[in-house]
Amino acid sequence: MKPPSDLAAPPDPAIDETVVTENPVAGIDQTAGDFSYNVKYDFDAGTGLNENTIRYISSVKKEAPWLLEFRLKALKTFLDKPLPTHWATKDLENINFDKIRYYLSQGQKPKRTWDEVPDDIKKTFERLGIPEQERKFLAGVEAQFDSEAAYSNVKELVKKQGVIFVNSTEGLREHPEIFRKFFGKIIPTGDNKFSALNSAVFSGGSFIYVPPGVKVAQPLQAYFRINAENFGQFERTLIIADEGAEVVYMEGCTAPKFSTSTLHSAVVELVALKGAKIQYITVQNWAANVFNLVTKRGVAHENAEIKWIDCNIGSRLTMKYPGVVLKGRKARGEVISIALANDGQHQDTGAKMIHAADETTSNVVSKSISVGQGRATYRGMVHIPKHLKGCKNNTECDALLINTNSRTDTYPAITVRGDQNATQHEASVSKVNEEMIFYMQQRGLTEGQAMSLAVNGFINDLARQFPMEYSVELKRLIDLEMEGSVG
Amino acid sequence: MSASSSSSTVAHSATGAFTPDAFAAHLATQPSAPAWWLDRKRAAYESFASLPMPKRTDEAWRFSSIATLTLADVQVGAGVPAGLSIESPFGPVALTFVNNTVVRSGERQRADLPPGVLVTTLSDALANHSELLRKHFMAQPQKLGSEKFAALHTAFIADGAFIHIPRGVEVAAPIVVVHAAAGANTAVFPHTLVIADDNSKATVIDYFVSLDSLSPLASGPSPAPQALALALGANDLYAAHGAHLTYVAAQAWSRDTLSFQLNSTVVRRDARVQSLNLHLGARQARHESLSQLQAPGAFSEMLALTVADGTQEFDQRTLQIHQAPNTKSDLLYKNALRDKARTIFSGLIVVDPDAQKTDAYQSNRNLMLSDDAEANSLPGLEIQANDVRCTHGATSSRIDPEQEFYLRSRGISKAAADELLTFGFFEEVLQRLESEPLHDALRSLIQTQFQK
Repeated sequence: MKPPSDLAAPPDPAIDETVVTENPVAGIDQTAGDFSYNVKYDFDAGTGLNENTIRYISSVKKEAPWLLEFRLKALKTFLDKPLPTHWATKDLENINFDKIRYYLSQGQKPKRTWDEVPDDIKKTFERLGIPEQERKFLAGVEAQFDSEAAYSNVKELVKKQGVIFVNSTEGLREHPEIFRKFFGKIIPTGDNKFSALNSAVFSGGSFIYVPPGVKVAQPLQAYFRINAENFGQFERTLIIADEGAEVVYMEGCTAPKFSTSTLHSAVVELVALKGAKIQYITVQNWAANVFNLVTKRGVAHENAEIKWIDCNIGSRLTMKYPGVVLKGRKARGEVISIALANDGQHQDTGAKMIHAADETTSNVVSKSISVGQGRATYRGMVHIPKHLKGCKNNTECDALLINTNSRTDTYPAITVRGDQNATQHEASVSKVNEEMIFYMQQRGLTEGQAMSLAVNGFINDLARQFPMEYSVELKRLIDLEMEGSVG
Repeated sequence: MSASSSSSTVAHSATGAFTPDAFAAHLATQPSAPAWWLDRKRAAYESFASLPMPKRTDEAWRFSSIATLTLADVQVGAGVPAGLSIESPFGPVALTFVNNTVVRSGERQRADLPPGVLVTTLSDALANHSELLRKHFMAQPQKLGSEKFAALHTAFIADGAFIHIPRGVEVAAPIVVVHAAAGANTAVFPHTLVIADDNSKATVIDYFVSLDSLSPLASGPSPAPQALALALGANDLYAAHGAHLTYVAAQAWSRDTLSFQLNSTVVRRDARVQSLNLHLGARQARHESLSQLQAPGAFSEMLALTVADGTQEFDQRTLQIHQAPNTKSDLLYKNALRDKARTIFSGLIVVDPDAQKTDAYQSNRNLMLSDDAEANSLPGLEIQANDVRCTHGATSSRIDPEQEFYLRSRGISKAAADELLTFGFFEEVLQRLESEPLHDALRSLIQTQFQK
């Protein structure tokens, strides 16, 4: 997201149309994502948070009594826990929890076909730049509009394979025998203040179960958007890949700009049973006023593999450290992370690798780019406890600083016990090679274009791991961010 | 947090043996000290008494054992036992302190020094070089978590070494200072202050030792588990324009000692400070090292070697602050871990805004020689300038299994193999020292750790 001062006209959050300015150089619509709609919310829990808010949410969702209890307990944990400012940024203190709406819903049942999706929601997708021919593809997408899945249709093929792909409410109501066993177990309510908050007020998100041996051919997708001022979104995702199953899940986020802070606090739990593989891909581009405080963790059993691919662009503050608990022998965990922090943004991201069995391996590769006064932070944790054998971790963090006073931090924490394991951590900080820029300018590129190319080159080996359409989107987002950063 | 209700008990536990009465008794031992010195001590005591002990949630104490940080049951101002013999592995000694008191002034060695070079006690400096002392003594900020302990050091320090190398003077032989603790439950506050003036060059060695561990009598029964000694040392190193200072600290306190070493290094234009800390002793040892690179051309090389065994805990915290453009720092800390030992390395490189062309390096290597040892690494960076070269790395692992197999297949025992591997692992750091005799002295000290 560009700072508001760079826009010809600041977008009015309540209008349907905004001026579309074509970028003469790159042909990029800079206002993409800068819009909002007048939406009538059928259910609105109002602002602020207390027991009544929780009871309201639970009753609207017609939840079982145990779930209401779960939420109420979580609320207490949330209120009891202090903000983690002894290690995290003091900016967290600027979140006004009383001004946030904790639940909004249009009261619609998830739709089955594209035709049934209301026009105004379709418009949102249009503005996201999703081409006409991809609409059909969207029919297989769990697209989240505000806190409820406004559109949800699992592809017939996937359904035939026995895959369950529903939202959190439906998952816990219709399939408790599958989901309740793992729900809140990977990330307990009290894990941190924001996982407690999510546990109290969550709505939306995806619950997925892949039966044993099933390999889901196409990535499952969900688009998340925040679409109401002061409205926090607390989606809850739980993915279970049964023995030998394989699944790729993708989430992409763009959000409108708003004048006051917005809180997004998701909890994502992954369970990869014996020999299963889960890949979870995120490309996010939150508006520059969003606090994005997300807890993501997976448990990998014997021979299982969990891979987080995480790309963070935008937001005021992102705190996100996807983790893998390597619980079974020969389990593998991987985090690939790209972060771009522009003016006024702080990307505080990283990874956690908890080794809990022999011969487990983990790999973390993080690349961050700081533009203008942006600040990118890598925070990592690698833990190899006592008496394990043959555990390996490799961590690499590279930071690129674009402007004179851009900022980057690295705070890893590595604990190794015993002499039969190996860890290595490396980090480097650099700026864009001047000779490279000079070379490109010689060949007629502007400094900005050259910089954009150089930055894309910096993350290229990671971006290649994204599915095609995501890496294209990523490249466009980076071009957008880099404009005006030099010269 | 009920600060008001439990204030009296908190104040008691937070000062331990260092009560207001103990402080008053200490002040009475320094009747001739200048007013500024006594004022500073009083202020330091105030701040020591009011600051809380480290808490589990303090980031600066992450992974450290907090419960064993106790200031109780130690004796302030223990006397100097008679008939001591102190061996220094580093050759002739210029100054020897036992229990905070100077015992031998090493006149002969000091007579050989080039004219103008001052190697004296802090008490002498208080009388004759008060302004220089005032400017440099504990003058730098405490940024690594031990504010409380630094204040305690200033409050209770009785004496220490004061070294001033004048402009342009080069001292060839190392200046050796021995800081010893004798007797059970002793508290010592060793201090070495070095001012290397413009374009001077010198090597200063601090050797920290508990006399019990040196005497052959003490190799009998180990001290009672309740026995506790406290060594709260600090040093101030100041390298003025173009100065070259080499500083070596070898720590061999007894195994019942709780040790703190608080280092501050200031490096001015085109100056160079090389420091090497060897950590062998103590029950729990915390080392904090702050390097401030204040002007272009400044270079700080920070080296450390630790052999940790038994249930020892070595807690090393470092901070490299680049405050000016074109400065360089290079840190290499190596730990060899045996038995149930724990090490913590927490390092941070800070590049201030506009400190362009900074070249900073930080590396922590842990050699795991036991299945019960634990190594924690927190290598950190905070960079606010873009035209820099900053890298860091941390590794923890056992040695290459092939190398080990080679040794074992030639009939070398595990213990001997560990020693060989440790020396091989440490060689890279020892090689950085120019002086061959120094290199040998350190090797022989390290060897003692394997002969127990």
